[in-house]
Amino acid sequence: MWSPRRKGTGVTSSPSDGTSPSDGTGRSGVPASGGPAARGSLPTPGPYDLAVIGAGPAGLAAAVTAADSGLRVVLIDASERPGGQFFRHAAPGLAPRNKPVHHKRATFAALSARLAAHVRGGRITHLLRHHVWTAEESGPAAGSEGWTLRHVLVDGAPAAPTPADGIRVTTARFLLLATGAYERQLPFPGWTLPGVVAAGGAQAILKDSGALPGRRIVVAGSGPLLPAVAASLAEAGADIPVLAEAASYTGYASRPGVLARNPAKAVEGVRLAADLLRYRIRLRTRSAVVRAHGTDRVEAVTLATLDRDWRPVAGTEVRIACDALAVGHGLVPQLELAVALGCALRTAPDGTPAIEVDGQQRTDVDGLWAAGEPTGVGGVELALLEGRSAARSMAAAFHGSGSGRGRDARARAATARRRRFADLMATVHRPGAHWPQWITEDTEVCRCEEVTAHDLRRAHELGARDARSAKLLTRAGMGWCQGRMCETAVTCLVADAADGADAADGDGSAPLVPARRPLSCPVSLQDLADSTPSADAGPTATPGASAL
Amino acid sequence: MRHRAEPPSAEAGLPVRFAFDGRALAARQGQSIAGALWDHGVVAWRTTRGGGRPRGAFCGMGVCFDCLVTVNGTPGQRACLVRVAEGDVVTSQEGYGRDELAI
Repeated sequence: MWSPRRKGTGVTSSPSDGTSPSDGTGRSGVPASGGPAARGSLPTPGPYDLAVIGAGPAGLAAAVTAADSGLRVVLIDASERPGGQFFRHAAPGLAPRNKPVHHKRATFAALSARLAAHVRGGRITHLLRHHVWTAEESGPAAGSEGWTLRHVLVDGAPAAPTPADGIRVTTARFLLLATGAYERQLPFPGWTLPGVVAAGGAQAILKDSGALPGRRIVVAGSGPLLPAVAASLAEAGADIPVLAEAASYTGYASRPGVLARNPAKAVEGVRLAADLLRYRIRLRTRSAVVRAHGTDRVEAVTLATLDRDWRPVAGTEVRIACDALAVGHGLVPQLELAVALGCALRTAPDGTPAIEVDGQQRTDVDGLWAAGEPTGVGGVELALLEGRSAARSMAAAFHGSGSGRGRDARARAATARRRRFADLMATVHRPGAHWPQWITEDTEVCRCEEVTAHDLRRAHELGARDARSAKLLTRAGMGWCQGRMCETAVTCLVADAADGADAADGDGSAPLVPARRPLSCPVSLQDLADSTPSADAGPTATPGASAL
Repeated sequence: MRHRAEPPSAEAGLPVRFAFDGRALAARQGQSIAGALWDHGVVAWRTTRGGGRPRGAFCGMGVCFDCLVTVNGTPGQRACLVRVAEGDVVTSQEGYGRDELAI
């Protein structure tokens, strides 16, 4: 039995009383609120039983599993198609120039089909191209316990406008954060040159638009994404002269037991190694791009060997001609909403912050669950498991029942096994203490506000020891991206150096403190004006509905 | 097994015509502006506010805002998210992209 931990209500009845909870088909269930909205032609205004933020692997798996259990779900996602980053795929009708890149097709096809059935059945309302910029506990004035979410439409006109485009506020009893992650970047001289792109960014644009940033693309950075990106780019026709991994794969051998208990991961590694061989991609471990050359676009990169702490070894530099560079150093969980809602966080072994959850994906905030990368970067399989697990926990809380204990125990064991592998991976690819040595004084660290390493080192001299103080002194992290691209570097550069090291180095392994971003994306003044505070809203008010 | 959840639309393969800084270009249906420009070898379509340096797509998923571009007169659009539509007029964005507000 689910026990409320903070709000102390323990209510288990549904806001949509009368719904048949055990109808697992998702086709025939008509929510008690009735009306045309229930048939999927118009979005129901809520309150929903569950709001899922993010339609990537974790959010998708959770939404369809919860809907199977009879919950009325709203699935809110910034993309125009479900799938998130991993399942990102080309628009229907995009004539493929190359073989389209789309991973785990069968898994995604099955999830999409279940989603479509639930949307037709009125069990899931899918708000596409909506970015949730704030979440808060609904006040008593809102007439029900739960959550109020405010969202804006993302850039560009919708391909097919729907009445849902006008919705700006959604309420739900339970909330699942499946907000994914973005790439961690470690700057180097020349990284702002056009043609230097994020590794995941190159992959994303290849997946959804079938386009490449260049013909001869160096892939560099650290983490399990890189071999997959290199293979995708090569398959699409790019020449990949080298894949530079800053860490050493021998790190995986330090915990042979973890690998042995995750045979699928070992197979995946072997398959990626085979891909690299097939496309004749040279893998250089303990190597990094320490400079990109060019004036108006990248023309070459300098590669250097790194020591154990990611310090470039003098005399090892080689120059490699290329017209693009795909670079990334792992992922950072997207935590704005979790931070704003006050979830307990932990520092994952890769130095990034992650949401602390229990074996059922519950956060320490009542009525709030989290799944996928926000609970610690772990990849697609773990995200799917966590999404399903969260959904079963939410369904049990909703119906005031326990769920199949045997199945839950097995699922928890599988999740724990994969989490141990994720932790090993995170440890292997955590940036070393001395990578800041490849940053020169004039290296732009904050891309948005064009703040250099020199500015940040001066901020350190003035007493800044964390990203927040550095921001106040230099504007680093104050631009459009709100520090997502530079936060790791800023944190490392202003941190005190590890013992005996040069103070100018900072500490390249410094853990990332979660940033407070009251708005999780840019919001226009018009949208702010349109978002009536929930305290003023009546029991059934949906302020955005006036735009319908 | 091939994924058939999304059948190809009737107009599959027809090029979409758009203008980029006065050049007439073609894109494939459903491509983002960033993807379409990459296909034409264009990797920069913005200059920074401070140094006036060229920028284009970086994160590719709407997070970094480096790929901001002016579409049909509206500045500040993320080229990696906005799909090319027939007849779009895409122009490089200089600085804030709001010269008309300059004082």
